[in-house]
Amino acid sequence: MDQQTKDLISNEIANNEICLFMKGTPDAPQCGFSMAIANMFKILEVDFKGINVLENQSLREGIKEFSDWPTIPQVYVKKEFIGGCDIVKEMYENGELKKLLEKKEIKFKK
Amino acid sequence: MAMNIKEIEALIKEALPDAKIEIQDLAGDGNHYSATVTSGEFSGKSRIEQHKMVYNSLRGKMGNELHALAIKTKE
Repeated sequence: MDQQTKDLISNEIANNEICLFMKGTPDAPQCGFSMAIANMFKILEVDFKGINVLENQSLREGIKEFSDWPTIPQVYVKKEFIGGCDIVKEMYENGELKKLLEKKEIKFKK
Repeated sequence: MAMNIKEIEALIKEALPDAKIEIQDLAGDGNHYSATVTSGEFSGKSRIEQHKMVYNSLRGKMGNELHALAIKTKE
């Protein structure tokens, strides 16, 4: 991964409380898994930044290396890697996601 | 390139010999699977680490030959 891509990822994670590296945008997702996570955040009414990896091939490959995680989407909450679609969905369903947001002091609809 | 259920199962078994594995072909196209993996080796590990153990067992096939594999891990 080149330095520019690494800096781009680090900056997004540092400057946005919730980062969703996804295929497409929150309003026009290009993949069902990316859409599923964007929708969960919309339902919880949390502010999140959707970063479209399809616009940048080095970002698309770089984020996998950065997180040591082979798939997209990927979620970061306050700089911490939370996981991909399966983990976030499981956390949403069993209430762990809300607990995490509470712990991280992020506002959401209760 | 697609993978069949037996190939996926064999790779996971090789890395996690005690694993109980249930795989479903979600779309019937050999490309979209869901796997529930139960193994004692997950004990004491975070969910991220558990999923990484499963991804690693697939040796880079995830995201390539294997387009989509939803994973659920249990101790």
